[in-house]
Formats: sequence, structure tokens, C-alpha cells
Amino acid sequence: MASQALLVEETPIETKESLFAVPGIHCAGCLSKIENGLPLTPGIQSARVNMGAKRVAIRHDPALTPPELKAAIIALGFEAEPLADPGIDVAAAENRMLVRALAVAGFAAMNIMLLSVSIWSGAEGPTRTMFHWLSALIALPTVAYAGQPFFRSAWAALRQGRTNMDVPISIGVLLTTGMSLFETVTGGEHAWFDGAVMLLFFLLAGRCLDSMMRGRARAGVAALLKQTAPGALVLDRDGCSRWTAADALRPGMTMLVAAGERLAADGRIVAGESGLDIAFLTGESAPVRVQPGDRVQAGALNVDGPITVEVTAAGADTVIADIARLMEEAGQGKSRYVRLADRAARYYAPCVHLLAALSFAGWMIAGAGVHQALLIAVAVLLITCPCALGLAVPAAQIVACGALMRRGVLVKDGSALERLSEISEAVFDKTGTLTLGRPVPQGLRRLWREDRAILLGLSRASRHPLSVALRQALEARGVTPAPLDALREVPGEGVFADYQGEAVSLARPRSLINLFGLASEYRRGEQATLLAFTDALRPDAVETIDVLRGMGIKTLIASGDRPDALEEIARMTGTTAIGHLRPADKLALIGRLKGKGEKVLMVGDGLNDGPALAAGHASMAPASASDASQLTADAVFLGDRLAPVAVTVHVARRTVAVVKQNFALAIGYNVLAVPLAIAGKVTPLVAAVAMSTSSLIVIANALRLKGAAK
Amino acid sequence: MTGLSLLIPIALGLGLLGLAAFFWALRDGQFDDSEGAAARILIEDE
Repeated sequence: MASQALLVEETPIETKESLFAVPGIHCAGCLSKIENGLPLTPGIQSARVNMGAKRVAIRHDPALTPPELKAAIIALGFEAEPLADPGIDVAAAENRMLVRALAVAGFAAMNIMLLSVSIWSGAEGPTRTMFHWLSALIALPTVAYAGQPFFRSAWAALRQGRTNMDVPISIGVLLTTGMSLFETVTGGEHAWFDGAVMLLFFLLAGRCLDSMMRGRARAGVAALLKQTAPGALVLDRDGCSRWTAADALRPGMTMLVAAGERLAADGRIVAGESGLDIAFLTGESAPVRVQPGDRVQAGALNVDGPITVEVTAAGADTVIADIARLMEEAGQGKSRYVRLADRAARYYAPCVHLLAALSFAGWMIAGAGVHQALLIAVAVLLITCPCALGLAVPAAQIVACGALMRRGVLVKDGSALERLSEISEAVFDKTGTLTLGRPVPQGLRRLWREDRAILLGLSRASRHPLSVALRQALEARGVTPAPLDALREVPGEGVFADYQGEAVSLARPRSLINLFGLASEYRRGEQATLLAFTDALRPDAVETIDVLRGMGIKTLIASGDRPDALEEIARMTGTTAIGHLRPADKLALIGRLKGKGEKVLMVGDGLNDGPALAAGHASMAPASASDASQLTADAVFLGDRLAPVAVTVHVARRTVAVVKQNFALAIGYNVLAVPLAIAGKVTPLVAAVAMSTSSLIVIANALRLKGAAK
Repeated sequence: MTGLSLLIPIALGLGLLGLAAFFWALRDGQFDDSEGAAARILIEDE
């Protein structure tokens, strides 16, 4: 009967998996709505939500295109953006390897410690030898497996003629294991397998913390990302339209871009008129009006109406790709930064190795045999192995990053914290950084209550940036929308409706009164009111700049805007402002400041700040920034306030202070323990106790940073 | 001694079992989305 069931089984259908970022997933309800709702769409087999990363993986028929899938998610009431195929995530794989190594080391450390405790409690003769052999049996494969991350990194450093923290670690672990094995074979009294494996366990714990911290911030940033278009509808010669992936687009093709879609390639408009949101490029919120003949860039969001675009450059030739290359070059300086722990290791490693060699020589001269002198030298190496040093840095950094994360700052990695603590000058972009980067309606208070209710009803019907801004401002005031009839949106014109038989609309102003400002016109019957929008300063921008100056950090505003638009902000913040800067100019400015010996913190949001963000000694970007800027910046801060910038610098400085204290503690412990080791008094028991105590002290000290961001 | 020769393999075996279970869970993606797992328990099956 079972064989019959097998016969009717369907042949597996070929499926494809696509990833979507869905920032709106908050609760179990959203989760079940998406997972149960999506498979109802024909062609979608299953959907799996990852709530931590705010992503949905959809398994579907390859015939379904990304826009169709996106529409299916939007139909369920969620915003969605397709994510490019992540491929193999190298960092996640590395993290997984570390966790596995940690698990193995933990298992081995516990079991060897049990055996060691019996030996310390007085196991003698054949029992001791058997326990040593058992320990060796567990320790040797563990060292071979769990030690790999250290051996590999140490080998890479040595091959380039450098040294890092992993060199003394590797030498210490390998020598201790080798010596213990020799002792075991010859039936000696002491074996240090427990020490070697416990050392690996503590150090791997430090490594895991470091890698988890990076992973968590990366996932946070990835969830905020709005991807560039994965493709476009391309018009064939015979008039048919066909979905084409971005990497298959070629110059000369004609693509159709509907309202609400992003452009997948650079091009020139052939037909249609619309507004383009190029905030990703400039950080400016106002849509730019475009008409046939205008040049448009890949990544721009088409706001108003459908346009037809002739592709002029695709893939690696687009403006975005150019800026990405500039950023890559600028970022190379950052990769040359040597981390605190490795800087410490440069002095530490030679000292330790010299000390071990000296003890060996000293005991040989004093008349001890080679065997005993070697044992003592190995004990010195084991006791000085930078166990606490390896934990000192990541423990402090992960506690600080956790504290910052609760304040809405995502720090990418530990090296970013170290660099942030060193900065001496902060350079701010204006739009989107010092200002909110989105339009805020002015003079709403002057309107009648009824008008406000109508306005909310109108603005809710449109996704135009000004409508969205109006809706947010009105909702924040607790306005309830008025019921409207015959609501309709005319692309490029506005939203029109009837309110109690009277025609009302929220539309493009008929007369442009203010040339530079943004405005929208509210009409009710014959009456027309002009609603002005301005880009407001972040509520605490002035205070934050004052705080930074109080911390001894110089400030500067560097903007691509017109100089006269910067005057007011420069006066309010008491900061010099430079205008009319293109991306390359900002990069050059950072270079000049660097030449003067300043360590520059770049705070910016637009893609035009990207190269400067990459070149700065450290960099921060608001969560509203362009994708590339968020990826480049060392830290991303959420919310409307600028205060996190000052808080981050403050916390970074405190973290480095704690790290240095931890170094001092670790060195102090060595000063106490090394004489014992040189005197030959370090038994495996002493080594185990000393190592765990010093690690615990260092971790306890790091925990003090928990409230650092308050 | 006979007790030891029995107990030590049992102890190690249990430890290895735990380690294997952890590896299994890791490979199966049990730790990929802890937030989602916490929420999933609240979903009622239709």
C-alpha cells in the first residue's frame, strides 16, 4: 500500500527562492499573515519569515517576477523591497565556524577539567597515567579543530613578516599541548591539557562575541536597506514588454518604469513626465521634475507617473557604480588601521617569548636538565598566554555596543569603536544629517480643524513624499481624517475628492511663489491655500554640536548645497560651513584635514557623502541615509535626533578607557604570576585558577560599561 | 577501576551526545531567528 502512495507522488516542480526585506514585520500576527497569506497566491509554494532580520524567503515558480512577488506582499498590507541574492555569506559562515569551535572547546574543557580535578585530588600511578591519556585523547583533536582560527590568523601574519595576538596564542597552545603529550608518554607528573583547552575556550568566547557583534549590527543595517531595482520591464521591438534582470540590461534598450518603481539603469527619458526621488544620490527629499530628454540615474525612485526610459548605461557603468568605486578606493586607508589588541600584541609577544627563552636559559645555567628547563619555559608561555588580553577588548566592546544599540546606534564592529574614540574633528553634511532630510509642513496651526481633517483624508490617498510628510505631521497631531467621496489621484497633478458635495484637492501649486521651497496647494471650493514645506533642523542639532565642541572636537559643515542655504545653519551652530561641494571635493576636503593631522569623523547620509564616509577616520550615518552610505558608515543611528553622535563618541572613549584598564589588569596579573612560573611553582592547578580568575576580572570590569550610553 | 572503565565512556558519550545535538540544531538553523521562534509559539493553527 505504501508503494501505491509512492506512485501517485507528484514529480517535484522546479522552484526558485527569492528574498524580500519587509521592515513592517513586528509581531506574531504579521508573521502568520505573511506565511499563511503568500502561498494563496498562485505560483508561490511557501514563505518563511525571519523576524530578526525582517526578511521573507519565498519559494516560488521561476515564472513569477520580483514585481509580482512584491505586489503579493503589498496586497497583504506590508511594504516590501526585493533583496539581491545574498549568495554565500562569508561572515555568517565564519561566525558559525567560531560557534562550532567554541562548542567543541567547551565540551573538551569541561571533560578534561573533571579528569584534572581527580588528578589534583590525589590520583596516583596508573590511574593518573590513564587520566592523562584520556585527557590527551580529548585534547588533541580539540586543539586541532578549535585552534584553527588562531593558527590560520597567526600563520597569515607571520607569512607577511608581522605579528599579532594570535602568534603568542598559537605558540603557547601548541607548545603546551606538545609538552603535555611528552609528559603523558613518559609518565610524568603534570600535564597541562586542561590549561591549553581552557585557554582556547576563553579566547574563542572572545572571538565569538566579536563576530556576533558584527553580525548583529549588519543584520540591523540590512533590514533598513532599500534595494536598487533588480530589473525592469523592457519594451521589445514588436511592442511586447518583458521582465529583464538588471545585469541583463544593455544600452539601447527601452524600459518602462511605473510610478513607485526604481530605475534599474542609467538612461534618458523618451516619453512621460514625472518626479524622481533621487534621495539615494543627494540625500535631498524633494522629487526632481523630469521630462523627455532628461538624464536619469539607476536607483532613482519614480514618484508620479509612468515613464519610458532609453538605457544609456547599465551595470558597472552607472553613476552609482562609479561612486561605489570611488568609495572602495577611499576605504582602503581604513583597512590599514591596526586594532588596539594587535598594537598591544606587537610589544607583548616579543616580551613573552624573550621571557620564556630567558627562563629556559636561566634554568639550564642553574644546572637543571633540559627537560625541567623546558617544562618551566612552557609554563611561562602558558601563564602569559594572553587569555585575559584576548577577552579584554571584545568583552568591553560588546557591552558598549549593546548599550549603544539600546540608544538606537548600530556600531558595525569593534574597530569602529576604537576609531571613533580617537577623532579630533567632526565634519557634518547638511541635508539629511543636520536637517531631517524630509519635508515638514509649515503653518498647519493656521488651518481650521475641518480643513486639517480633509487634508489628512486627501494626503492618505497618495504616496507622494509631500503627502506622506503631511499625513505624518497631521497624524502626530491626533487629527482624524474626514470622510471623502470620489477620491482619486492624478499622477503629476495631485489628489482630488469631494467633501460634502464640495470639491477639495491637494495639488501641485498653480503659481510658484517660492522658487526654491517646496509647496503643495490645498483647494476647497474656490479657496486655495499654499502649504509650504521646509527641511527642518534636527531638534537637538545645535546642542549636539555644542556638546561635541565641549569634548574638544572641532566641527565643520560640508554640503553640496548653495552657500546661501547654509548661512542660517552656520550662524545657529556657530560652525564654519562650506558649500557647493561635489563628492570628490568632500573627499579632497577630508584628505586635506587628514594631512593637517586631524582624525576626521564624517557624518553624512547621501550617496554623495559616500566617498567621504569611506575616507574619514570614522564615520556615522543616519538610518534615513542612502544604502551605500549606511553600508560604508561605521555606525548608523536611528531616529530624528542628532544626540546619538555625541553619545557614541563619548561611549567609544569610555570603552577604550575600560579596554586599557583591562590591559593593565591583565599585565598586573602577569607580573604576579610570571615569577611563580619562572620559579617553577606553576602546577596545572595554579595555571587553571590563575587563568579563570583573570578572565573573570576582565569581564566584570567590561560589564561596567552597561550603562555607558545613558 | 571497573567502575571507571564503565562510567568514563558513559560520561564522555553523554557529553558527545549533547555536542552532536548542538551541531544538529546549529545546522538546522535553530539559532538563525530567535525572535521569530519566540513569536511563532503565539500563532494558532487553523
